[in-house]
Amino acid sequence: MARLLVIFFSAILINNFVVSRFLGICPFLGVSKQVETATGMGMAVTFVMTVASAICWLFQRFLLDALNIGFMQTTLYILVIAFLVQLVEMVLQKTSPALYQALGIYLPLITTNCAVLGVALINFNEGYNFIEAVVNGFAAALGFSIVIIIFAGIRERMAIAEIPKSLQGFSIALLTASLLSISFFGFQGFNLAKIFGL
Amino acid sequence: MVAAVLSLAIAGLALGAILAIAAKKFAVEVDERVPKIREVLPGANCGACGYPGCDGLAAAIVAGSAPVNACPVGGNPVAEQIAAIMGVEAGSTGEPKVAKVICQGDQSNAVFRSEYDGPMSCKAATMLGGGPKGCSYACVGLGTCAQVCPFGAITMSDKGLPVIDGELCTACGKCVEACPKKVIELVNRSQPVWILCNSQAKGAEVRKVCKVGCIACGICAKVCPVDAIEVKNNLAKIDPAKCIKCGLCAQKCPMHTIESHVKGEDKKKANITDECIGCTLCAKNCPVQAISGEVKQKHVVDQEKCIGCELCVQKCPKKAINMQ
Repeated sequence: MARLLVIFFSAILINNFVVSRFLGICPFLGVSKQVETATGMGMAVTFVMTVASAICWLFQRFLLDALNIGFMQTTLYILVIAFLVQLVEMVLQKTSPALYQALGIYLPLITTNCAVLGVALINFNEGYNFIEAVVNGFAAALGFSIVIIIFAGIRERMAIAEIPKSLQGFSIALLTASLLSISFFGFQGFNLAKIFGL
Repeated sequence: MVAAVLSLAIAGLALGAILAIAAKKFAVEVDERVPKIREVLPGANCGACGYPGCDGLAAAIVAGSAPVNACPVGGNPVAEQIAAIMGVEAGSTGEPKVAKVICQGDQSNAVFRSEYDGPMSCKAATMLGGGPKGCSYACVGLGTCAQVCPFGAITMSDKGLPVIDGELCTACGKCVEACPKKVIELVNRSQPVWILCNSQAKGAEVRKVCKVGCIACGICAKVCPVDAIEVKNNLAKIDPAKCIKCGLCAQKCPMHTIESHVKGEDKKKANITDECIGCTLCAKNCPVQAISGEVKQKHVVDQEKCIGCELCVQKCPKKAINMQ
């Protein structure tokens, strides 16, 4: 249990996907203009990353490892993730039109999100078991959501602020992202294993 | 190697098959009117309706959030087809419009104060001190409007002014938006008289930089028989709602700023019948003094002078004047 808690909090704070691993930067900058859309993206990513972690782990274990063809990992993961997103989109559209509408365009966009592939590869490299992989996927996506919502909140304030002309638009967004990244750097000193008594 | 290829192929095939089954099983019925309406719409995705592309508008029409005549490009014909699909009345999209360049400052008419040698973009040229022409209101002439026109209706003339093909123009308004000088306007298609100047500079300044600019002399406003022209901010403007298309202003304009497609020969001329009681009202109201006659005697219209404005027809108390 303690190990799961360590994985959970380290994925959110210490090894945050956006600000310390630099994965999923495209949606982080692309859909962070409003808190509302950022929340939608965060929800969609959380959903897909959790499921992708589980499915990819199963494929790794029962296909790649079983046949000893580990070198096909990346190709197979991409295939599985693309399939998964398509399937989720179809099921959602039929069973929950409200959620489908809320996630909207973000769902298909996630297919090409490197954070999803990233979490599957990290799960493998860290040698996580099934439960740990799912927790890691969920927590990493939660970390992504937290950061993108914080960032969207800042950008909403910046939209009405007076910004020097040369800094307007993406340049101030990138500067803000770097400051946000530095602030998350403060979590690096946490010894989670000690806190949870591992 | 074989295992890798086979496993990937089988995995792909299996996942694809699952997707195919899922697509069938979880198929959501899309209103069949959406693709039908999408078919009828012009398909330029110009966004003039305010929706994201023709697909967006088609969905909005079926959802009921947009009227069937929401496509300004397709106009009435498209609105009627969509109305037929939706099973409602089309209504009217209003007066058909067309884009019009309201500047005649081409290379022979306008004075150039600099030679522009930069990116072929009107916006870029405008940022360099307001453009190469002496008149800061004039068309820059680098063809940004022609580039953005999704229908290929705008070409640049040899003299560096855009020419709009009325047949191809759909009044989507892209050029109006793109023009940094706001020298293109959407005007009523049926309107044959335009004041082709955008300059709000004083008359003396206009004379220095342009041979055909409006100098705000006010002659057009004076001669207009129905007061449809007003000079505001040193620029004359025609109110199309009041204009009776007589073309008199174009004849009198000293700078030849006003373009008129009113053809004298084609227009009907006034003709006074025997019911005339000789009240002289028509002669008094004729803006071109084309009617003459003694009091209490039948008046006659000088067909050469008559501009067919129909003012006399309106004024005649006996309805003794008709247009022939």
